[in-house]
Amino acid sequence: MTANEPSTRRAASGEGDAVVMRGVSKWYGDFRVLTDIDLNVRRGERVVICGPSGSGKSTLIRCINRLEEHQQGEIIVDGVELTRDLRSIDRVRREVGMVFQQFNLFPHLTVLENCVLAPMRVRGASRRAAEEQAQALLARVRIPEQAGKYPGQLSGGQQQRVAIARALCMNPRIMLFDEPTSALDPEMVKEVLDVMVELAGDGMTMLCVTHEMGFARRIADRVIFMDGGQIIEQAEPETFFTAPKHARTRAFLSQVLGDQ
Amino acid sequence: MTTTPSTPANQPPAHGALARPPQQAPGLIQGLRSLVATPLNALLTVLALAIAWFLLRPAIEFLFIDAVWSGHDRAACLAGEAGGETGACWPYIARRLGYFIYGQYPEAQRWRPNAAMALCALNIGWALWPRAPFRGAALFSFVLPFPVIAWILLYGPGFSGLVAVPSNLWGGVLVTLVISIVGIVVSLPLGVLLALGRRSQMPVVCAASTVFIEVMRGVPLLAVLFMANRMLPLFLPPGVLPDPLVRVMVGVSLFAAAGMAEVIRGGLQALPKGQYEAAAALGLGYWQMMFTVILPQALTLVIPGIVNTFISLFKDTTLVTVVGIFDLLTTIDVSSRDPAWATPVTASTGYAFAAIFYFICCYAMSRYSAAMERRLAAAGSRS
Repeated sequence: MTANEPSTRRAASGEGDAVVMRGVSKWYGDFRVLTDIDLNVRRGERVVICGPSGSGKSTLIRCINRLEEHQQGEIIVDGVELTRDLRSIDRVRREVGMVFQQFNLFPHLTVLENCVLAPMRVRGASRRAAEEQAQALLARVRIPEQAGKYPGQLSGGQQQRVAIARALCMNPRIMLFDEPTSALDPEMVKEVLDVMVELAGDGMTMLCVTHEMGFARRIADRVIFMDGGQIIEQAEPETFFTAPKHARTRAFLSQVLGDQ
Repeated sequence: MTTTPSTPANQPPAHGALARPPQQAPGLIQGLRSLVATPLNALLTVLALAIAWFLLRPAIEFLFIDAVWSGHDRAACLAGEAGGETGACWPYIARRLGYFIYGQYPEAQRWRPNAAMALCALNIGWALWPRAPFRGAALFSFVLPFPVIAWILLYGPGFSGLVAVPSNLWGGVLVTLVISIVGIVVSLPLGVLLALGRRSQMPVVCAASTVFIEVMRGVPLLAVLFMANRMLPLFLPPGVLPDPLVRVMVGVSLFAAAGMAEVIRGGLQALPKGQYEAAAALGLGYWQMMFTVILPQALTLVIPGIVNTFISLFKDTTLVTVVGIFDLLTTIDVSSRDPAWATPVTASTGYAFAAIFYFICCYAMSRYSAAMERRLAAAGSRS
């Protein structure tokens, strides 16, 4: 299958990759959401996953930190295979940060407390070290002055940037973004995307489910198009946007880009 | 209002012209006017006032106007001025107050329950006062050191050097408070565990929690108390039978824990799934996630339900009388049959006193929970 060409060419060994998925399938009851997914993501690679809703793209990245369990095939994240063994899940989740569509900040904690919770509880960091790092990261997402506020007092764009800072506080090796801008008012999309662009520039391994095609074109090393639980096509953004091979990809792109 | 033609007052104000929002809450005058605004309203108002008058007047007359305020024995309360019945016989309450508070606890030793109750009040105040320092320590002390100290003080086990006072001599407010406080302290954490157990992925834990909750909820508290009293000894080897008061405390606590578990489960289910997912994605383990993210939010959501369970538990302690424990209501009941105070109004006075006591305690709990809800709502305005 020519669609797999970029990944096979770059990482024949596979084991050193950040994420390896081989023959992954998943069902919800009788409904097959993922079908024989093969995917290798190199360290430092930035992958954008797009596709119509219900195509399985969110499920795919949620399998990477085991928010969803796959039923067939194998997933190896940062050298650790995800099995039912809780220790493997804990190890993977410590190294994988995730940003959700609905932000999912903890509303009963301040911004700073949201950020230091996991480093202190999971990594055993001291409060001082955790707070210093959190402040630095809040500055990096350009909201250092909001540290003492509660999430409910912030705008959607600010909340999503806090969510990114919170995930980064664990010093993850891989970042997953699940439609991070879909729940935002249009004028706030840019401030979140800017932060993500910066992050990409720093060499973070990123898997990003998004409809922001401009963003994909700008930062992605590879764009993956999914439909019906399968990877239909994947290519470098230049090729993907200018010369899509599959009819379904072309139909999707004309719809998405036509909107803009 | 809706049909009035557009007058200047109804027109949208110019930008920034209206410094304050238009008045929304009706004033006192408007409120009163609405009571008689239509003939039906006026009729309902009159009816309500009449009902209030017929219900409240006798109560006020009994409690205050016709009440006897001083005296040494039943003679004072035997007959009113016109030869009819008097109102409440307050000297009876005053004279028997010691019995109502301590039961048959020996008079020379009553400093011990006093000390225990004072410690309890201090500890509760420390734990509940929002700005108190080390509130976590206060909670801990209330769950571990305080019960041990209170037990030593009240019971006086051999090693303490105090005179032993077996629990069959305890009574009145002391017993009511001991059972309620133990019930509250045990049922909340146990309820949390049961609620988590019922939602657990582990089949055995889930089944065990569900069976326990459903059995306890499907049985009246009276039956639980009889079980604790009569049937528990059958399951235990001879010689290890716990004190009757302890048996009752176990029964009440387990019963309240089952109700508490369902209240807390409601809170757990009300939280968005994203909260669980975000905590899991950050690598928090199950207990870390529960204690730092899920439970603080879930418990806050169901404060009214939790306090409601506390209040029912507090009132249900009156049922322990059926297994021979002398709680406040039982001591009142028993002393009202004392020949020295036999008057037509003795029993009513005693029950009125009990009603006032229970109302004050329950109302205090209710007000505290309302204040806490307001404070938490102000602290973390939800997104």
